[in-house]
Amino acid sequence: MHWTEYFPPLMEGAWVTIQLTVYSTILGAALAFVFGIGKLSSNWAIKGVSVAYIEVFRGTSLLVQLFWLYFALPLAGIAIGIDLRLPPVLAGVLALGLNIGAYGAEVVRGAIQSVHTDQHEAARALNFTPRQTLWNVTIPQAVPEMMPSFGNLAVQNLKDTALVSLISLGDLTFRAEQIRNFTQDSTTIYSMLLVTYFGMALVLTAVMRGLETYVSRWRTARS
Amino acid sequence: MLFGYQWDLSSPLAFAVSILPILLTGMVVTIQATVLGFLVALVLGLVWAVLKAAPSRFISWPAKVVTEFIRDTPLLVQLFFLYYVLPEYGIVLPAFMTGALALGIQYSAYTSEVYRAGLEAVGTDQREAARALNLSSARTFTHIVVPQAAPRIVPAMGNYLVSIMKDVPVLSVVTVLEMLNVAKIVGDRTFDYLVPLSMVGALYLIMTLVASTGVRLLDTWLPKQGIPLK
Repeated sequence: MHWTEYFPPLMEGAWVTIQLTVYSTILGAALAFVFGIGKLSSNWAIKGVSVAYIEVFRGTSLLVQLFWLYFALPLAGIAIGIDLRLPPVLAGVLALGLNIGAYGAEVVRGAIQSVHTDQHEAARALNFTPRQTLWNVTIPQAVPEMMPSFGNLAVQNLKDTALVSLISLGDLTFRAEQIRNFTQDSTTIYSMLLVTYFGMALVLTAVMRGLETYVSRWRTARS
Repeated sequence: MLFGYQWDLSSPLAFAVSILPILLTGMVVTIQATVLGFLVALVLGLVWAVLKAAPSRFISWPAKVVTEFIRDTPLLVQLFFLYYVLPEYGIVLPAFMTGALALGIQYSAYTSEVYRAGLEAVGTDQREAARALNLSSARTFTHIVVPQAAPRIVPAMGNYLVSIMKDVPVLSVVTVLEMLNVAKIVGDRTFDYLVPLSMVGALYLIMTLVASTGVRLLDTWLPKQGIPLK
């Protein structure tokens, strides 16, 4: 097998990795906003759930979470009489999204807290409801603050997708492992694998930079 | 039976209690890998930081590219690379050593940034004052820069120690018998993954809680202005 023949299966795996990264990053971003805002809630129940979620998923290893969802959750399902067997794709997206969402929630919380209190006072003086203040005053100013950290988390998430190969999901790393088992050509295949991940990370970084300029456009427009 | 401990499958609680010593045996390996990987990351990160700050572009630029490459590629793939490629060039390390090395290399890219940020946070006026007092550059570094940079560097390093601990389960793929791998073996043999994997999660929570409390205490204990000289 010539090394150029490695490309078609690797590209197939790369596509799975890209899909996993996109879906889990979107899930993670949604969870980050829900629980990041939830942690600042004055309602103790919402706050408690948010803190618990963040602590559990930041405090344990991603691989433990992935294995738990894939191997342990079906057994928990049997114990309570529900079928909780997840297909590998779903377990992978869920584990990655839940994990990165917990890290993102802390970023969201920090960015929201960094918005000046005089902004809140001004909003209150203009008779904004708390919801209006959050959506029209706080969030638009907080989002640009989050973007650099979100960029790092997205790359982190891309790297973490490699772990789903361990629950037999056919991502980039899994395909590379298959080729290596077949050809024993470790040096070439792993070098190609590293370079592919690096290229994907560079593209992702560029995309996140673009997104950062897009969400901060109101800053340059007014100053 | 594993490591000489017999499990008791009569009830989930009895099972949990009976496998605790097995998991703790795995936890010792997890902690060993964490510490060794952290030491590699500390030393190698310092090397990268020095190279990146080198006056010559021919040294600093490659160092930047290499650390960026390390930072942007997955630990798992780096681990596979070290584990399967190094032996082809005659370097045969035990799985545990390869794993700790991979952890150290991955995190050295992060620690090098901590060193750089910490050293840059010491203002140039401090260096200028030291020069005005006729201190040699070596003495300036050890007596002026390091005592002021350390309080910024140490807590950040502590956070990476916690991160390394959470990445140790990846080493299970190269047969290192750390906590997750041990739990998986127990699950494979008893067909009960729920109890062992949940216990690993709980034990991890305890470990990270203890470690991050330690880092926070260290942060409050270290004087912000710098470690005073005698």
